[in-house]
Parts: sequence; structure tokens; C-alpha cells
Amino acid sequence: MRYLTTIGLEVHVQLRTRSKMFCGCSTAFGAAPNTHVCPVCLGYPGAMPVMNRDAVKMTIISGLMIGSRISEFSKFDRKSYFYPDMPKNYQISQYDKPLCVGGSVEIDIDGVSRRIGVTRIHLEEDVGKNMHFQHSSGIDFNRAGVPLMEIVSEPDISSPEEAFAYLLALKQILLYAGVSDCNLEEGNVRCDVNCSVRPEGQKEFGTKTEIKNLNTFKGVLNALKYEIPRQVDVLESGGKIFQETRRWEVETGVTIAMRSKEYAHDYRYFPEPDLAPVVTSCEQIEELRRNLPELPRTRRERFIQQYSIPEYDAGVLTADVAVADFFEQSAKLSSNPKAISNWIMTEMLRLLSEREMDIRKVVVTPAALAGLVKLVDEKVINSNSAKEVFALLFEKGGEPDQIVREKGLVQVSDSGAIEKFVDQAIAENAKSVSDYLAGKDVAAKYIVGQVMKMSRGKANPQLVASIIEDKLKVEKMKRGG
Amino acid sequence: MSLSIANMTICEAIALLEGKQCTSVELVSVLLNEIRRIDGTLGAYLSVDENDAVSQAMAADKARSEGRKGRLLGIPLAVKDVLNVRGQPCTCASKILQGYIAPYDATAVAMLRREGAVLVGRTNMDEFAMGSSTENSGFKITKNPRNIAYVPGGSSGGSAAAVAGGEAIAALGTDTGGSIRQPAAFCGCVGLKPTYGRISRYGLTAFASSLDQIGPITKNVKDAAVLLGVMAGRDEMDSTSVDVPVPDYLTSLSGDLKGMKLGLPKEYFVKGMDPEVEAAVRTAVEVCGGLGAEVVEVSLPHTDYAISTYYIIATAEASANLARFDGVRYGFRAAGAEDPIDMYGKTRAAGFGAEVKRRIILGTYVLSSGYYDAYYLSAQKVRTLIKRDFENVFMQCDALLTPVSPTVPYKIGETSSDPLRMYLGDIFTVTANLAGICGLSVPCGMSSQGLPIGLQVLGPAFREENILRAGHAYESARGLIRYGE
Ligand SMILES: [Zn+2]
Repeated sequence: MRYLTTIGLEVHVQLRTRSKMFCGCSTAFGAAPNTHVCPVCLGYPGAMPVMNRDAVKMTIISGLMIGSRISEFSKFDRKSYFYPDMPKNYQISQYDKPLCVGGSVEIDIDGVSRRIGVTRIHLEEDVGKNMHFQHSSGIDFNRAGVPLMEIVSEPDISSPEEAFAYLLALKQILLYAGVSDCNLEEGNVRCDVNCSVRPEGQKEFGTKTEIKNLNTFKGVLNALKYEIPRQVDVLESGGKIFQETRRWEVETGVTIAMRSKEYAHDYRYFPEPDLAPVVTSCEQIEELRRNLPELPRTRRERFIQQYSIPEYDAGVLTADVAVADFFEQSAKLSSNPKAISNWIMTEMLRLLSEREMDIRKVVVTPAALAGLVKLVDEKVINSNSAKEVFALLFEKGGEPDQIVREKGLVQVSDSGAIEKFVDQAIAENAKSVSDYLAGKDVAAKYIVGQVMKMSRGKANPQLVASIIEDKLKVEKMKRGG
Repeated sequence: MSLSIANMTICEAIALLEGKQCTSVELVSVLLNEIRRIDGTLGAYLSVDENDAVSQAMAADKARSEGRKGRLLGIPLAVKDVLNVRGQPCTCASKILQGYIAPYDATAVAMLRREGAVLVGRTNMDEFAMGSSTENSGFKITKNPRNIAYVPGGSSGGSAAAVAGGEAIAALGTDTGGSIRQPAAFCGCVGLKPTYGRISRYGLTAFASSLDQIGPITKNVKDAAVLLGVMAGRDEMDSTSVDVPVPDYLTSLSGDLKGMKLGLPKEYFVKGMDPEVEAAVRTAVEVCGGLGAEVVEVSLPHTDYAISTYYIIATAEASANLARFDGVRYGFRAAGAEDPIDMYGKTRAAGFGAEVKRRIILGTYVLSSGYYDAYYLSAQKVRTLIKRDFENVFMQCDALLTPVSPTVPYKIGETSSDPLRMYLGDIFTVTANLAGICGLSVPCGMSSQGLPIGLQVLGPAFREENILRAGHAYESARGLIRYGE
């Protein structure tokens, strides 16, 4: 029998605010344990939360990016459960009045695009981190109270690959929105996965299981690739799926049911009495909408139109918002956007990936890249020299024309000078000359290479090629004639 | 001259200090002597750091000698043990907070400090402010200074007993359902519950966040006005505090009630209340009439639902507020636990008293899935109706006059086996918390046994000047009450 899979994702995204959700403590990653804490985020007696307006704004921006309806009236609620990493033993979250309702994320699977519905986006605070030592346990509360946005999808996802594509698309949008660093190594994005299977033809969904706290997209993919066949196997062998929470074990590659004690909660939600409702006016929402960053897809289309670059280029350049920004800033300073695109897609991305670097940290400026392209287009330097200049720009930054001047890379287009080199090359490479005369056209290329070497790469290659061709033709006529 | 704290008010103490008739160190020393002498009997204080009190007083004297000003410069005050005072214990009279030292000042406390107040000690209370007799303290029972066989009321019983018993000039209390007004009435002193949002709750260990409010317990209305003036105002740290200008409350104490319209809610004069209480309050109403007030009968039709509404909302919020006391980060932690859940169970079983546990269980129940709508949601709707009742009557009058409690103080041990009877004693006070309005308790006589009776003056939200004016005029006209005679 064939089975249909239904997947829904709850994605928790850390917002890039400077301070925590309800206090002034820093959200910076990697500090010594319990150094970014205060009475509020430690749940001390008498401490009270104060809402971080930036976090609310970022959540609304995220909602607008995916077409959510923004709630003019929203509120916070207390979600109660006991856990050592939770200072107050309740989490301030949003229950029935989330900031954003509805929306969707577009994904491409095998060239076909479809929309995955988003149910809601709400705002909540993160918990601390339990640490276990040989004879004791400790809790680091630095992360406690860090703002998290929870994005809940509709059960619209039908395969592990779609789930993976959804996560990538979502991450791309959030990076475009500038609301999160989406740094998976730092735990900025964590997912809970709901999944069920049902025999083809059956209308109602099967019983779902929830896999909690996956902190990589690959983890989501692999957990689903394990969990779906597991459920099918259970059903095929006449078994029953229990609604339960499971944990993904990376080492063994299986999902394991958690003890009910670990997850069965009656959260006893009720409105947070320490915080006023979040009221956002139509004007404020419209103001944010007007200044909304472009969606990745919109930008890709615009790049094709505005800069006349191929669809493939536009796709590569817009994958990462920082790369897209770099391209756009450079292209705006240049009359040859395609050349800019080529430099970024080949040299720049290659060097970045070789060094595992982020484009936000490069020293080469968009103006420098545009300047380099101009030097090539105006034939001041040839493409060999340009690569050398680019390498220097990438290492140390600076101005391309200054580098060209200092390194003496200005292209030699003086035919007298080139002719001297060519004569020498022909004289020194009799074998290649006779090969050429015997009909091997490639032999000319070798001689071009020799000339470029003699000029230390500075000779204008087109000029070199045409002079060689002329000279060899003369030679041919001499011998043949 | 020999200083006597027994009847000394803040305003008198300020006059002495400003007239250089005494120093803050002298004042504090006399006070500490009194505490040493009396508190063994009354049990009003949970902790007093004598050395710290004296050094605060020395600093205040030095500041005064350098010409620095402060509305409370050198004035010793007692603080209910539910408020965080940096460097002092803050147990909330609970064993579960034993060993906890507050790392910060509550905003109200910080405002007192800024004006130069000397924070002498921490007063006893019902554990986590849950109770009306101070018998529910995890540490000791406070006695009524007017007759030590009787309860001082609660939950701010320690503060009221300290003020009435001559162990404090004035004190801070907190009021969630009457916890300032009722002990003030039981002990024969003045208690003010300001409007919800008038004084920042930051640093007040929450019992029921939507009902709690800090306020003064003093020897007269003028002192209450002074302390309110210092503590009132919007605080960025408390999102529920409100940005309403703080008037000069002292200027509203005109001494007469000309042009004021005072309402008598008929639901607050009910069968079953102590006839002596009713008689005393009715006499007080007549006095107010004589001061120029127009007295009208009004109705608050939803009063009957107030107690059940109050106990649902208060316990629901408490169940979440008290969840943080788990032995993980501070305070008491039970030994011998096998895992975190076991540690919570053991710690909370040993750390909390019976009344606190009763309310946590009640609150957990009313929030449970399947019961939320029937209890919590219904209670919130009734709360809105109660609030509307008050909005309606305050369109007709400037303040309301009612009894504080349907009874005079009862004997220690009398209600401890009957929590329901204790809950019903809050009937006239919980409405102000549910509606978020302000209320004042002013002594208005005593029973045949010499036990104090209190008059409650309720006012519209952010109109403390109304109730202070009414309370002050009445108090001035009333004359001295000699308790126990
Ligand atoms: Zn903090």
C-alpha cells in the first residue's frame, strides 16, 4: 500500500535584538556562564518583565515578509511547566492572540514551486541551558529570556525534502528580513517536527508524533527520513501509532519515544498580568510594510530585469542576502553588471568557501570590484592581471588602480614591444612553429603563452594573438611560397 | 528631652530632625530599644539589622549636616518582608525563602531611600501575603498590640502591629485583597491601598500580580499622604504602573468635606456583620455629614460575587507566581532528592505552609484545561462587572464610606481551622483590588471589648486625594480613641 505523509513544523528562531525579551541583559553568544543575567531573567522574587519593542517589531516584519495578517491587538500569556532551565517555571509566550496570523512560504521542489502555509508567528522567551558534569549539574541562564519567534506551519508538507526546502526558504527570508542571524551553530534556529502517515485514499490524518528540539536542518531531514518509514512499518505490521513526543538520536540515527513524564503537560495558559497587551496601530504596521525588505524571489526577478543577468546568476547571487547586497552595491557602480556577477560567482564565492568566510567580513569593497571591472573593460589591464589584482583586493583591500600602478600591471598594447617578444618566441620555439605550419592551429596558443610569460602577463592577449597570427602567416607564405 | 516613638508621626519626627531637637541616630536608637523591649511580646518584626539601621541613620545625619535635603531624611521605617530591600532578607515569611538576601531594591523602597529614609527592619506577615491574620507566617504569630490575645489582621499584620504597638513610626505593607486596610483597622492605625498602577510593584514579591499594590501603614492620614507622595509614579520596570501625574497630596487635606459627595453602598451594610462595627461606621458617616459632605445611598450590585471572583483570580495568578520557588536558584532546597521533579516536590512540600499550598492547588485547578472557562474566564468577566459597578457609583459621588471588615479582631487560633470564615472576612476589601481603585482605612472607634474598628473610604482610580481628604477631615473631627478602655 502507498502512504501519504503529513508534516508540520514549529520553528523557533532567535531574533537579533541586542537585549533580552523582557530585561536589559545582553543576548551575545559565548559569554561565561551566568554573566548575562539579572533578577528578571533569573526569576528572582519581585522582578517584573518589560517588553522589548524591537523584538515585537522584528516579529511583525517577519510576518509581513510572508504575508501574515498582523494583529493590532496581541497579548502575552504564561505557559506553566516545571523544568530546571526555566527560571520562573512558566514561560512568557503567546497563546490565543499571536502577533502574526497566516501567511505562506514558497518553495521549489524539482523545479515546481508551491506554497507552504504558515498558521501563526508568536513571540516568547528562551530558557536556560542545563549542563551536566561528572557529579553534578549546572544551569547557564545566559540564554534565558532571549527573544524567540515561533513560526508554526500548516500541515502542508508532504516529504522530508519539502521540509528541508521549507526550512531553507524560511531561513533565507528571515535573513533578508534582517531579523535573525539564523546561525545554526549558535542554536539560533530550533525545530519541532510533527509528522503522521496515512494510507492513500484515507481522508483523515493519521496519528502524529512530535520530534522535539532538532537544531539542524539536516537533522530534520534525517529524522523524518527515519520516522516516516518507521510509522509505515508499524502500520503495515498491524500496529498502532501513539501520539507521543520523540527525540532524534543523531549518533544512532533513530527517533526514540520520550517518557511521558518528560513532555505530558497541562500548560495552564493564562494572560500574563505583568504585561500590558501589545497594541500595534494600522499606521505602525503600514509604516513597517512600506519599509519592508524585498523577498529573495522578488529580488531575483528584479536582478534579471534590472541588471540583465541570466536567471542562473540571479539565483546564485540572491541565495544569500549579503551576497545579493554586495552584488547590487557593486553593480550600481558599474556599467557591466554581468562582469560583476562573474567575479562574485567565480572568484569571490570560491575564495569565501575555501576560507569558510562570510561575505560580510570581506575587505574588498563593492567600489573596488566595480573599479576592477572598469579597468578590464577599458583594457587598462588584461584578465590575467585582473585576477592578480582581485586576489590582492581580497587579501588586503585597497584601490584597484593603485594596485595596478604599484605592481606595474598596466597592459602592454604597444605593438612594437609585443612584436619583439613575438619574434623572440618564434625564434625560440621552432618546433611549435613547424607544428603550426603542419596544420596544428593549437600550436599558436602555445606561442601566445610564451609571449605572455615574457611580458610577465601584461601584454594585451588579443594583440599578441593577432601579431603571432600575422607573423606565422608570413612564415607560411615564405616556406610554402 | 526624652523621645517617645509610641505616638510619633512622620511629620512630627521630621519637625524634630529639622529643628535639630534630635538626630536620626537618636531616633533610631530609641526605636531599636523599643523593638528590643516590646517585640518579644508582639512579634511584629522578622528581622532587624541594628548595625545597618544605625549606619543608615548616621549617613542621614551627615547628609543633613551637609545641607542635603530629603523628604524622609533620617526617618526610620519598617518594611513588610515581601518587598526586596537590597542586602536584607526577604523571606515573605516563608521557609522556602530562608537564606535569600535581596540583591536589589524594590522601586518603592528605592524611592524611600532616595528621600533619605532609614530602613530599620522587616515585618512579619502571612506567608506570601496569603491570609488575614498573620497566623499563617512560616516563622511566628504576630499579636495585636491593643490586646495580645487577638490577631493583628493580615497579611500586613507585622507592619500594622509595629506601628500601633509603638515599634515603628510608619511602615510599608502590601494589599492584594485588604492586606493593608484590614490589619490597619484591626490594630487601630491608618492604612492606604493606592490605585493599581499608582506605585510600582517592581520588587514586590508577587502574590496576585493583577491585584497587588504597595501602600503605607501609618499613625495618621497625613503620614499616609506623605509616603504616597514619595512612592507614587510611573516606573519603567513595572509595565502596569501608570503615567498619571502625582499631585501634592498634602494640599488636598483641607480639613473639611464641603462640596464632597460621599456614597454609602447598601451592599456593604449587611445582616450578619458585627453590630458594633456597623454602629461605629454609621457614627463616622454622621461625623462626615457634619463636616459638610453630602451623603447618598448607592448600590454596587455585583458585590456578592466578589469573594469567589477574588479567590479564583488571586489563586490562579499565585499558582504561577509561586512556581519559581523550586530550590534551584535561591532559598531553601530540600536534601535527598533523586531528580529535579523530586527536588521540586520535596522542597515545596517542606518549604510552603498549609495556606500557601491550599491556594496553589486551588489556582492550579482553576487554570487546568477543561476548567479554565468555567472558573478563570468567568471570574474575569465578573471582575469587569464589579469594576463597572464602581465606575457607575463614582459618577455620582467622590468617595464611598464602608466598614473595612464585617468583624472586630478575632482571637488568635479562632479561624485557623476554618479558612472559609477567614476568606469571608475580606468581603468589603477585595472589591477595591478587583476594580483597581484606591481605598483607605481609618480608625473609627472600638468595640465594647476595646478592640479597634476601621472605616473604609474608597475612591475612584487615581483619586487618592479624595479619600485622603475625607479620611483626614474625619480623623481630625473624630478625636482620640483610647483602645482597651
Ligand atoms: Zn536579565
